[in-house]
Amino acid sequence: MAENILEIKHLVAGYETRLGSLLAVDDLSFSLAKGEFIGIAGESGCGKSTLAYAIMSLLEDNGMIFSGEINFKGKNLVGLKKADLKKMRWDQMSMVFQSAMNALNPVLKISDQLVDVMQAHQKGISVKKARQKAAEMLELVDIPVDRLDAYPHQLSGGMKQRVMIAMAMILNPDLIIMDEPTTALDVVVQRNIIKKIEELRIKFDFSVIFITHDLSLLVEISDRLAIMYAGKIIEFGQAQRIYEQPEHPYTKGLMNSFPPLLGDLEEFGGIPGKPPDLLKPPAGCRFYPRCEKRMDICHQKMPDLINTGQERQTACYLYQGGHK
Amino acid sequence: MIKDMLKLFIENKKAMLGLIILSMFIIVAVFAPLIAPFEPKQREDAAGEFPLRSEPTSKHLLGTTHAGYDILSRLIYGTRLTLLVGMVTGIITTFVALALGLISGYFKGRVDDVISFVNSIFLVIPSLPLIIVVASYITIKGVLPIILVLSLTGWAWGARVIRSQVLSVSEREFVKVAEVLGENPFIIVFREILPNIISLVMATFFTSTLAAIIGEATLEFIGLGNVSAVTWGTMLYWAQNNAALLYNAWWWFLPPGLFIGLLGTSFALMNFAIDEISNPKIRKR
Amino acid sequence: MRYFLRRTMWLIFAIFVALTINFILPRLMPGDPAMIIINQLDGLQPQAIDSIRAAFGLETDKSIFVQYWDYLVNISQGDLGVSISHYPAKVWDVLAKALPWTIGLMGIATVLSFIFGTMLGIAIAWKRKSKVSDAILGLFLFIRSFPYFWFGLILVYFFAFKNPWFPLGGAHSISVTTADGWAYIKSIIYHGLLPGAVITISSLGYWMLTIRNNMINVLAEDYITVAKAKGLSINRIKNTYAARNAILPSISGFAMAFGFVIGGSLVTEMVFSYPGVGFMLFQAVQQQDYPLLQAIFLFITVGVLISNFIADILIMLLDPRIRDGAK
Ligand SMILES: Nc1ncnc2c1ncn2[C@@H]1O[C@H](COP(=O)(O)OP(=O)(O)OP(=O)(O)O)[C@@H](O)[C@H]1O
Ligand SMILES: [Mg+2]
Repeated sequence: MAENILEIKHLVAGYETRLGSLLAVDDLSFSLAKGEFIGIAGESGCGKSTLAYAIMSLLEDNGMIFSGEINFKGKNLVGLKKADLKKMRWDQMSMVFQSAMNALNPVLKISDQLVDVMQAHQKGISVKKARQKAAEMLELVDIPVDRLDAYPHQLSGGMKQRVMIAMAMILNPDLIIMDEPTTALDVVVQRNIIKKIEELRIKFDFSVIFITHDLSLLVEISDRLAIMYAGKIIEFGQAQRIYEQPEHPYTKGLMNSFPPLLGDLEEFGGIPGKPPDLLKPPAGCRFYPRCEKRMDICHQKMPDLINTGQERQTACYLYQGGHK
Repeated sequence: MIKDMLKLFIENKKAMLGLIILSMFIIVAVFAPLIAPFEPKQREDAAGEFPLRSEPTSKHLLGTTHAGYDILSRLIYGTRLTLLVGMVTGIITTFVALALGLISGYFKGRVDDVISFVNSIFLVIPSLPLIIVVASYITIKGVLPIILVLSLTGWAWGARVIRSQVLSVSEREFVKVAEVLGENPFIIVFREILPNIISLVMATFFTSTLAAIIGEATLEFIGLGNVSAVTWGTMLYWAQNNAALLYNAWWWFLPPGLFIGLLGTSFALMNFAIDEISNPKIRKR
Repeated sequence: MRYFLRRTMWLIFAIFVALTINFILPRLMPGDPAMIIINQLDGLQPQAIDSIRAAFGLETDKSIFVQYWDYLVNISQGDLGVSISHYPAKVWDVLAKALPWTIGLMGIATVLSFIFGTMLGIAIAWKRKSKVSDAILGLFLFIRSFPYFWFGLILVYFFAFKNPWFPLGGAHSISVTTADGWAYIKSIIYHGLLPGAVITISSLGYWMLTIRNNMINVLAEDYITVAKAKGLSINRIKNTYAARNAILPSISGFAMAFGFVIGGSLVTEMVFSYPGVGFMLFQAVQQQDYPLLQAIFLFITVGVLISNFIADILIMLLDPRIRDGAK
């Protein structure tokens, strides 16, 4: 396997609230190889976006990283100086945000929003050159070049998302985090965008962390998959293997109830019950209250994420010598 | 929903401060006869007539007016009418704004067109000059015309924001569900929509009361109120007309204005608190 | 372009409505009180009486439609009748003397307060966690709760009466005239400082608060996070991404605010005996000069309507969504 571009170790991140600290990412570790495509799936509110923001060091206001390490290309981003971070971010690691509708400044032309990234990172680049690059990028994501000087509201939802992808790729980063880039779009557009991402990744060889609700989508395109529940990864491994043989009861629940293609997020997952309140997570396994196969031991201590097979990890007592 | 709202409101420091200031004024208004040393229209006591234009003395802590009234007593009694006019105007204005906003936002169609249209006109016509013109035509001078004129010209902004909020709430799922179930529209409005715009209604009340208090003082200061009524605005009117400033009688024109401002501040604070509480953007990520 | 046409139509229509309100208001008064007012003002010249009768719609020999038509025709010819308090001067001539003062004072003060208020609002929203921002916010919340006129009285008391640093009132000292050139202008500026300060400071809080709230909303938008992630400079984020989006709704909020600010400014003129429209309004009220009163109302309203129109056009230039009719 190629070297790891990103290694996350015991990351704890979340928000300071009036009612105490909310740990939306709780002691989470994984690594990403160069050129790899990792998918992260989980119910709404399980901390996926928080993880993405933490990796990008974008948690602000009441959001913060409490502890842990984020080693990106050998450098720990936690506690890195602001100036260094600013230089590195977007240049080597960029992000496509959850909703493209709101990610573009409504009063600036697309061209301006693409050009200003270049100007911020490549000192002294001429506007002409930057525009040329911007036009090339648009072409890459199949947007006609004559849309370069369009305003965001003059583009369709799918086009806006493509612009965001172009924007994320413009400095040729090594890692792109995609936070539900297709959720708000209809199925056909979704498919096209996914195909495009796949194509570009092969061409430019960047790594991807792809976040979504849509497990079926992930299985098709990811190398490896992480299933998140209430701030923790509860299953991790090769996408195809997890798909064929889910281990954790939560993952099984997700698999059994493939989300409707156009459906409501809240109806996602045919698992009865609600995810726990992250302010007061249950002692023991966080899935315990909803688990069909729960055992006595489950509510005493959170099971560790341990190897259950080749390159396969699951956090469940069923696979740790527990009994059915 | 409403309970949560109230809880957050009470916990908010700015709201609490505003509430405390307001309560103090209410207490002063209610117990005016107990607190004030004299009656507001009293010019003499057992010791004889009060001096005219007296400076502050131990007997008249804030001096007396040109007519020999005790200024402190007028200030205390003035709380009553000032507060009453402000709050009543605030209530009427809010009520009109709410009614029009609800009708226009929920029932849409023709009614909405008409109301919105009138609304835009009232929004752009400058209210104070309109108030002054209307008030100067009304020959009966008194409290009631002031309340009416201020409410007539004050509802437009509230109605506009309530309407747009109602529009967005009525698109929400629970309202749609109620509609599908064939619920009576009035019940939908009162049970489903109203609780969801309650913070906006409160904000409307606070802003319109603040505006009413200032508007009332302004009208009275110009002499368009009932100048024989005892309010902070008319106190300023008499002070100005008797050149209190040039007599160096700060005790005459300073306190009423300060009180108007303090009362206004209490509503401004509560309004600000509501904004803070109900704006999810400020609280959310 | 459609937007521009719509706004223009609206301007014309709103002016028409204002004219109509102005026509109807006095006519809503029952006939007797109007007669009483006329009788109170005894010793009037016949021409003045005609002017009042026309204002109140007491020309019983004419139908209301004829009256309305006459009224529109007269106004379109700049004929607003005869002033009672300045008899035999025409209302228009009286008004014309006051207008430049008001437009000058109020115009400059309002623009200044909009600029400062906006800048302050952006600054305190940007640093909204700092104690200084809280203090500034609190201070202006407090100032905004006072009537302008009282704030004016206080400034006059402390800075003109107790410490005679500024004149007590008026627009320029009586000893100078236009012939004095620079001295005249200096005197005007000197006299305008205090009332200008009152209007600027009192209305500043309004703009500041609006822009601050908009700015806080905008700062929570995803595109701001994107801008930060992209590594843009603080200034670019603050000005081009945040402030520009925050200012837009506050320009459209101009409608209500401007009418409000004008109201306060009018009363400020009264306190300073500043020979503008506000002071004249005050005198017209006291002397029951109804033709003048009506004309003033009309002028202020039209002024506000035109300012609103300008604001609409400004938004059109600044917001591409409006230009395309997408919002
Ligand atoms: N600023 C904040 N303050 C407090 N809690 C927050 C804040 N932002 C998010 N949260 C909480 O953190 C948890 C994780 O949120 P996050 O946005 O990471 O979820 P998510 O998995 O991305 O959900 P979705 O799929 O809906 O986007 C949620 O419970 C959310 O309520
Ligand atoms: Mg998310």
